[in-house]
Amino acid sequence: MSSEIRWQRKDLLGIRELSAEEITFLLDTADAFKDVGTREIKKVPALRGKTLVNFFVEPSTRTRTSFEIAAIRLSADVINISASSSSLIKGETLKDTAKILEAYHADLIVIRHGSSGAPQFLAQRLKSSIINAGDGAHEHPTQALLDLYTIRSRKGAIAGLHVVIIGDILFSRVARSNIFALLKLGAHVTLVGPSTLVPREFEKLGVTVSHKLDEALETADVVNLLRIQHERQRKEYFPGIGEYIRLFGLTKERGRRLKPDCLIMHPGPINRGVEIDSELADGPQSVILEQVTNGLAVRMAVLYLCGGIATP
Amino acid sequence: MNTVIRNGRVIDPANKRDEVGDLFIVDGKIAAKGNDKDAEVIDANGLVVAPGLIDLHVHLREPGFGWKETIESGARAAAAGGFTTIVCMPNTSPVADSPGTIGWIRDRAAEVACVNVLPSGAISKGLMGEELAPIGSLKQAGVVAITDDGRCVQNNELMRRAVEYARMVGVPVLDHCQDYNLVGNGVVHEGYWSTLLGLPGWPRIGEEVIVMRNILLADCCDHHVHCQHLSAAGSVRLLREARARGVKISGEVCPHHIALTDDAIQNFDTNFKMNPPVRAKEDVAALLEGIADGTIEILGSDHAPHAQFEKEVEFDAAPFGIVGLETEVGLFLDLLVHKNRTIELPRLIEMFTVNPARLLRIDAGTLSVGQAGDITLIDPDLEWTVDASKFQSMSRNTPFDGWKLKGRAVRTIVGGKTVWAL
Repeated sequence: MSSEIRWQRKDLLGIRELSAEEITFLLDTADAFKDVGTREIKKVPALRGKTLVNFFVEPSTRTRTSFEIAAIRLSADVINISASSSSLIKGETLKDTAKILEAYHADLIVIRHGSSGAPQFLAQRLKSSIINAGDGAHEHPTQALLDLYTIRSRKGAIAGLHVVIIGDILFSRVARSNIFALLKLGAHVTLVGPSTLVPREFEKLGVTVSHKLDEALETADVVNLLRIQHERQRKEYFPGIGEYIRLFGLTKERGRRLKPDCLIMHPGPINRGVEIDSELADGPQSVILEQVTNGLAVRMAVLYLCGGIATP
Repeated sequence: MNTVIRNGRVIDPANKRDEVGDLFIVDGKIAAKGNDKDAEVIDANGLVVAPGLIDLHVHLREPGFGWKETIESGARAAAAGGFTTIVCMPNTSPVADSPGTIGWIRDRAAEVACVNVLPSGAISKGLMGEELAPIGSLKQAGVVAITDDGRCVQNNELMRRAVEYARMVGVPVLDHCQDYNLVGNGVVHEGYWSTLLGLPGWPRIGEEVIVMRNILLADCCDHHVHCQHLSAAGSVRLLREARARGVKISGEVCPHHIALTDDAIQNFDTNFKMNPPVRAKEDVAALLEGIADGTIEILGSDHAPHAQFEKEVEFDAAPFGIVGLETEVGLFLDLLVHKNRTIELPRLIEMFTVNPARLLRIDAGTLSVGQAGDITLIDPDLEWTVDASKFQSMSRNTPFDGWKLKGRAVRTIVGGKTVWAL
């Protein structure tokens, strides 16, 4: 771990504002935490005495659980607040709820929210560390970090790789955070999906936009499949699941186009048989469960660094 | 009490007057002559003496939303911004869709407002876009225009009948141009920044489609439709073509749509959230071009006060709109006359006086003898800094706090009486 690079941020709001060095430093720090989960005593004292609030205004099981386990392994005390148990449904504003969390002296607040910019809103107003666990269609920085961590651990480096992200890009915070992180570390990124869900505007970010999946798959080093929302919620955007599978589903037949060492990733939860064929999801190229495990190490690193504790 | 305004540059576009001279107000009306005896003498040396400015797009929030603004505070904000006449929008609670509510607004204004407050009435009952409001009765009760501002009638048949009916009644139709299907839950300009920030986009075409609709209806019904707060480049082009054909269509531009672009939203500051949204550089360029060539002939603020607690929420949950009355003249002078040199001062004054007066068919906006003594004194070169904490408005939701501007109104006179002076 480089000693010159210091982590200066109390908050992790998104990937866009991070430098390549900061991203690498986070991934290196995650390396140091990777083993904790395999030890007999799955716990280090890094955040002992700190209070972490998992503030999930939008429902989530996977990410919330991951943050909770990560925090517990760092010896933090964890409180979970969900939308249904918070006063937000009684009409309390986000600001007031947040001020109350601060009055409890929460050291870290992990927020998941349906509105883009909600973590920024908290960070501008609170002294607590704010960790973005997904805001609207904006960013999901820890997902991107765990994706990069997984790619790096399998491929050795990010630079020069061709990463193909497939699906509903327009409404995906996972896609945005991945795009920012991958480009910063020198990968080539291709976005594939229906033109309605992958607008050309994305090209201005420095990625390739394609609507031809078969071509993109042939040169891919990594394919990252995004969950496709049910057609009821996106009825103006694509005609239906059947046509989606025909044009953009990673079917077994299409899977044969992949290079043998191409990684298959998915942030979950998977719609088996929609964005990906079930056999491929469970096959040898799939690193979907590794992503989940790596998520713990990455989130430990994020909580540890933003929590402001010295190097372990 | 009479008033003599000495040695100002008197600019009266309606009468093609632009000269240094004196202006007399006798018994509250503009007079051909007067004398200093028993008169208040105002030295206007170095100042512009203009007909009282008119802002035809203001939300006064009463009745119903008195925590944002009242008729009294909104009128004071208007006076402090140099306006002697304002038109208030009907999206109050209750909606201004009945003669009773219009009467209440007028009575209240007569009691507490320091400037002339002219109500507009709704196009549709409850602004629901489903059935016509009693437009004839609203006119008799004193509205100067009808509009569903804040909303937009989506049903083209209803809108057609509204324009036809308004022609009979003799009131112009003002329209907030927004196609609900195309705009959806959009909160910011659909473009680079909405893509980057994952905020729902409000596309240009959501405005342009309704501008086109309004052009067709104005043509079909031979009656004036005025498109409020235009933001998109395509709207200007459509308007230019239609006006060249003689269609009775007009458009208005607000300061924020030429002062700001969509990169301003990157910190999720809700004081940059307005409807329609601030757009891209090419839209600003098109609006300026439209102002320069006369396609756009009216300016407005879309003064939309909201309390701090309402604006201080998640970006997509925050209400649209900013206060504008007290920064409007400064921003337009600074941007249109000084920085971009889009137009010269007399034309700016025309856009704030005789042009809106003609659209609204009101007897105002000139310095003709016998007119009410509504005068605005402007120092076009005064350099000042916007300080939201000093606003007369009850609300502070401005993106322009701290901006340094050149030019502002320094005295506002209504019916011969100074209602505000710097």
